[in-house]
Amino acid sequence: MSFPWANEYTPKAPLMQWIDARLPLPRFVYNAVGAGYPVPRNLNFFWNFGVLSGLALMIQIVTGIVMAMHYGANELVAFGTVEHVMRDVNGGWLMRYAHANGASFFFIVVYLHIFRGLYYSSYKAPREMVWLLGLVIFLLMMATAFMGYVLPWGQMSYWGAKVITGLFGAIPVVGEPIQTWLLGGFAPGNAALNRFFSLHYLLPFVIAGVIILHIWALHIPGSSNPTGVEVKGPQDTVPFHPYYTAKDGFGAGIFFILLAIAVYFGPNFLGHPDNYIEANPLSTPAHIVPEWYFWPFYAILRAFTFDFFFIPAKLLGVLAMFASILLLFFLPWLDNSPVRSGNYRPMFKKFFWILIADVLVLGYCGGAPAEEPFVMISQVASAYYFAHFLIILPLIAAFEKPLPLPGSITEAVLAKHGQAAE
Amino acid sequence: MVRIGAFLVGLFFSGWLLVSFIMGAVAYVSEPPAPTAEKEFHEHPKQVAFSFNGPLGHYDKAQLQRGFQVFSEVCAACHSLKFVSFRDLADLGYNEAEVKAIAKNWKIKTPDIDPKTGEMAGRVPVPSDKFPKPFANNVAAAAANNNAIPPDLSLMTKARHDGSNYVYSLLTGYQAQPAELLQKFPDVKTPAGLHYNPYFANLNLAMAPPLTAEGQVTYGEGQPKPTVDQMAQDVAAFLTWTAEPKMENRKSAGIAVLFFLLVATALAYMSYRNVWAETKH
Repeated sequence: MSFPWANEYTPKAPLMQWIDARLPLPRFVYNAVGAGYPVPRNLNFFWNFGVLSGLALMIQIVTGIVMAMHYGANELVAFGTVEHVMRDVNGGWLMRYAHANGASFFFIVVYLHIFRGLYYSSYKAPREMVWLLGLVIFLLMMATAFMGYVLPWGQMSYWGAKVITGLFGAIPVVGEPIQTWLLGGFAPGNAALNRFFSLHYLLPFVIAGVIILHIWALHIPGSSNPTGVEVKGPQDTVPFHPYYTAKDGFGAGIFFILLAIAVYFGPNFLGHPDNYIEANPLSTPAHIVPEWYFWPFYAILRAFTFDFFFIPAKLLGVLAMFASILLLFFLPWLDNSPVRSGNYRPMFKKFFWILIADVLVLGYCGGAPAEEPFVMISQVASAYYFAHFLIILPLIAAFEKPLPLPGSITEAVLAKHGQAAE
Repeated sequence: MVRIGAFLVGLFFSGWLLVSFIMGAVAYVSEPPAPTAEKEFHEHPKQVAFSFNGPLGHYDKAQLQRGFQVFSEVCAACHSLKFVSFRDLADLGYNEAEVKAIAKNWKIKTPDIDPKTGEMAGRVPVPSDKFPKPFANNVAAAAANNNAIPPDLSLMTKARHDGSNYVYSLLTGYQAQPAELLQKFPDVKTPAGLHYNPYFANLNLAMAPPLTAEGQVTYGEGQPKPTVDQMAQDVAAFLTWTAEPKMENRKSAGIAVLFFLLVATALAYMSYRNVWAETKH
């Protein structure tokens, strides 16, 4: 699809020739993830996380479909059917723990995938569409994960649903009708649980569809690489199969080992104990917190404690929380430095690591109770978050003096191995 | 254009956050948040060396049986165990006849309808029944317990941080309210009908100390002495089992899965090195 020197699919077996002439699906697969897709030869292990994200989605779909066979989306029985899965369904405990921890691991690999894109500026031309579609996937994932967390109908499910849909209630005038419409009632109940279940089952397939577009858009220019220098010829690439299938196989092994450690030896470590208490609309938990992967955004939401003239603090928090994700859609046009890779951008690199630390601090504060000093820390950290993307990145692009780039991928590889380019 | 707009949006959010920070910091310094009794006197659970701790830990069946004995003679008077069936007790080492006998002799009847009249009636539980609840409904439970509903215990050890240790600590943590606390916070004297316990989140618990005297439950021969500490440990172990009955399957499967994955990943690593051997990257 991308480069003229890509291997062509030439089936030898008569059956495969017959199929190829009628439905060139094998050809499609060969060109997408087989030997027909040339990939830069210098990708490091941070390029494993795209495939791992796809793998995580598959785990979620398989374990989720099995659990849906035993789950009852009704406020009277939902909590009990989850316990039924845990106690009476053969291997049900494995399905549920794999699904719950699988969601966390999905976010871990996706966050690494996103930060890889940020460091190597994978969002820059000609790959803007890949980045934008990736963000759409991220938003869909967040919606899916949120609705999935409501399904066990524990205390955090219920109160999480109440808080998150309450965010829409902060919108002036139409907010409360919207919240009521979203929930199908004035508070989370059977109507909300049913629609969340329906959408939680639907959205993963929408995600799968957008992933196809994401990969399609990627295959037009081909993958970026750690030098950020575009592919110049056949010597710069290797075929995806067997080179990157082998490397992804090893990456998948490491991923499965870490997931297995969580599922088998600490399945509730990432969860909140309150969600093992059945939902009770009359008893508010002491600290309502979402799952860990939402903590940075939750910290931004709660960082706004003062009204801005006529704008209430709550609405500001909601706007800021949505803005913190939506601003990423503008990133390809905010950072207009011609150099992609952070390796050759000394100033950018420093701020990138500050951003990483900043997001970790935000995450910690988002999981902590809404009291001092966490609110003050999240205010400073949120301020940096917005300043980083909206003010600092464009300024760096204007003032930074990038390091000299290698002439080509091959030159960079050979220099690393102490040889001159042929 | 995009960058100018972004700059203004960034300036607004970051600027207002910093202003909020300064206002918050001034308030924090001029009027530091008042300390609360919960913050200063709440204690983290005491750590018990349970047999099921760690990745290779197993349940001690004798201990689970003792814990079940404590549950049925003490806790079951007020607390339900609605997600556990009598048949599940086979995991504790009881044989089929023993499980049947336990179900048959259970003090609470399973709600059902009389097959002749269709009227609501209780019947003798069978092994496939869940443990029947001690109160017909929450109203009855609240009425009998000074307005506090005794929570279901099936998932208690997973529904609290560090649950197994928490249950043990709570059961052994009752004490008189410290004089120091009353000195510092004279308004938070434990109200009548509540009981001071530093392991409970808000320090005052409706449940009266359930385990009060050594020998409250009579253990079988060859078992440890039923001290309050021992009974608390045993029932905490039992409730860990009720919350996580598949823990042993999970851990043993985990060892096998990890062994398989380590071998598979080693092979995947070798094939990766093999494929890339000739290619500099």
